[in-house]
Amino acid sequence: MNVAITGINGALARLVTTRLLAAGHTVAGIDRLPWPDAPPGVTMFRADIRKRPAEEVFRSQRIDALIHMATVTHFTASRQERYRTNLVGTQALLEHCHTYGVSRFVFVGRHTVYGAAADTPLFRTEAEPPLAVSTFPDLSDLVAADLFAGSALWRWPEVATSVLRVVYTLGPSQRGTLHNFLRGGRVATVLGFDPLYHFMHEHDAAEAIALAAQSGLRGVFNVAGPQPVPLSLLCEVTGRQAVPVPEPVYRWVSGRFGFSSLPDGAINHVKYPIVVDASAFARATGFKAVYDEVRTMEGVRLGESRRD
Amino acid sequence: MLHAPFSWIADRAGLVTDEVRARLDALELPFNRYGLDPFGVSKDHLGFFYGLLAPLYRHYFRVRTFGIEHVPASGRAMVIGNHSGGLPVDAAMVLAALFFGRDPPRHAHGMVELFAQSWPFVSELFCRAGQFPGLPDHAVRFLEADRVVMVFPEGARGTGKLYKDRYQLVRFGTGFVRVALQTRSPIVPFAFIGGEEALPTVYHAETLAKLVGSPYWPVPPWVLPVPLPMPCDLHFGPPIVLEGDGHESDEVIEAHVARVRATVAELIENGRAMRRREGRR
Repeated sequence: MNVAITGINGALARLVTTRLLAAGHTVAGIDRLPWPDAPPGVTMFRADIRKRPAEEVFRSQRIDALIHMATVTHFTASRQERYRTNLVGTQALLEHCHTYGVSRFVFVGRHTVYGAAADTPLFRTEAEPPLAVSTFPDLSDLVAADLFAGSALWRWPEVATSVLRVVYTLGPSQRGTLHNFLRGGRVATVLGFDPLYHFMHEHDAAEAIALAAQSGLRGVFNVAGPQPVPLSLLCEVTGRQAVPVPEPVYRWVSGRFGFSSLPDGAINHVKYPIVVDASAFARATGFKAVYDEVRTMEGVRLGESRRD
Repeated sequence: MLHAPFSWIADRAGLVTDEVRARLDALELPFNRYGLDPFGVSKDHLGFFYGLLAPLYRHYFRVRTFGIEHVPASGRAMVIGNHSGGLPVDAAMVLAALFFGRDPPRHAHGMVELFAQSWPFVSELFCRAGQFPGLPDHAVRFLEADRVVMVFPEGARGTGKLYKDRYQLVRFGTGFVRVALQTRSPIVPFAFIGGEEALPTVYHAETLAKLVGSPYWPVPPWVLPVPLPMPCDLHFGPPIVLEGDGHESDEVIEAHVARVRATVAELIENGRAMRRREGRR
């Protein structure tokens, strides 16, 4: 199979690439930035997913499957920029899949679309509406992209589309939303709250994404590995210092005193859990995580950059 | 795993006794290396939680538990009963009875009012002690994991009862019957007697309730909502096994609810008659 991966310079996307190459596939990498030492088997195309050069990749290459990982999740990008990349970009890629006969489309989304609130069930299934539109409006572009990608299931049934809602990833790359939150060694928590955090090892996440592309999965799926753990334990095992901060001053403390900076709506994600039920994905693909929660946390302990 | 302020209180008060520890070890919960189960229930927090309940169960409310053998030793079950008194001390005492009054002990998951989730510390302790917001989804998941789920179908209507209406069951919610049918769980009815005397509500402070976000704020004759050390009795009845799949019409479900409600009412009646015979209130 020739698999196109957008946003291939992301840490997780590169791990997916390694797996696909090992399974005997070739990879067409699409990214705005170059990947100078890309391994053999990867053809790089420097292009913005919304622009014409990206479409030319689909026109000139025979692409069998597309894994879309070029979503902006960090808040340093402006809201307009995030909307253009995440929503307009996803729309453009879906059109290309339809137009140029790409038979499989994998959208790599996040479990945070479910949103964190006091009155939600602990385990979220794919049947639940993504509440983040109201609980964390800054994420609404990702929610829209997630739902829009899912609409391909009825719009273009000939494209096997899977929308993956992947939990936080942890691993040696030290990249991703949860790593950004834990960066710096001191983590501001909300006094009196200790939500469960759901994460998986990045190698397992990469395996799951590669599996979705290889199996031609169809539908919306939560992707998770081991059980969730409380934030306090996550901090303890990964060698971070959890500093409980009373809620009224949390916004003020965020971004100061060595704490990572969080956007306003994110405080719900520090008070309430977002835990997913990923049994449907396991049933559909036979996926089983290799790393349990203990090994995953211990692998990113501060001061010991163990690579396994 | 247990951290401030819980660890601080537990250490100073010596809450986690050898007995609590032994009973925790006897629980059939799949704890991981850090003493966490898949729902985030923590063994250390359970130790703190039951350590707090032990003196209340034994010495403050001097709870007498009857018919505990009706709660199965393993496998799923729903314990269903009446709310008694202005604060859910009844819930705490039912949990304590299953943990301290039964061999081997069982841990029950209470279905809690939603507002508790937004209170600092309460939210944390309740989640780690397996006391979750009362959503049908939670009950189904716990039962499918072969746990015990505790439900007060009267809900906040029940704890909010005034003293003049004591031991009169208010309307039962119907969700619990659908969950029991769907998961094929036996229903173990119980009656709790004594809570209404421990904390009789004579007035509802509505403004205060609104301020703290709770559905009501009970005011007893002594103003502060602190329950008196009244002796309490807890009567479990034989399990009720309902036939069906949970997709029946409301009419059928309401008939099941009425049956459970009548059983609880009967347990209350017998329990109160026993107290009268003994010359207690």
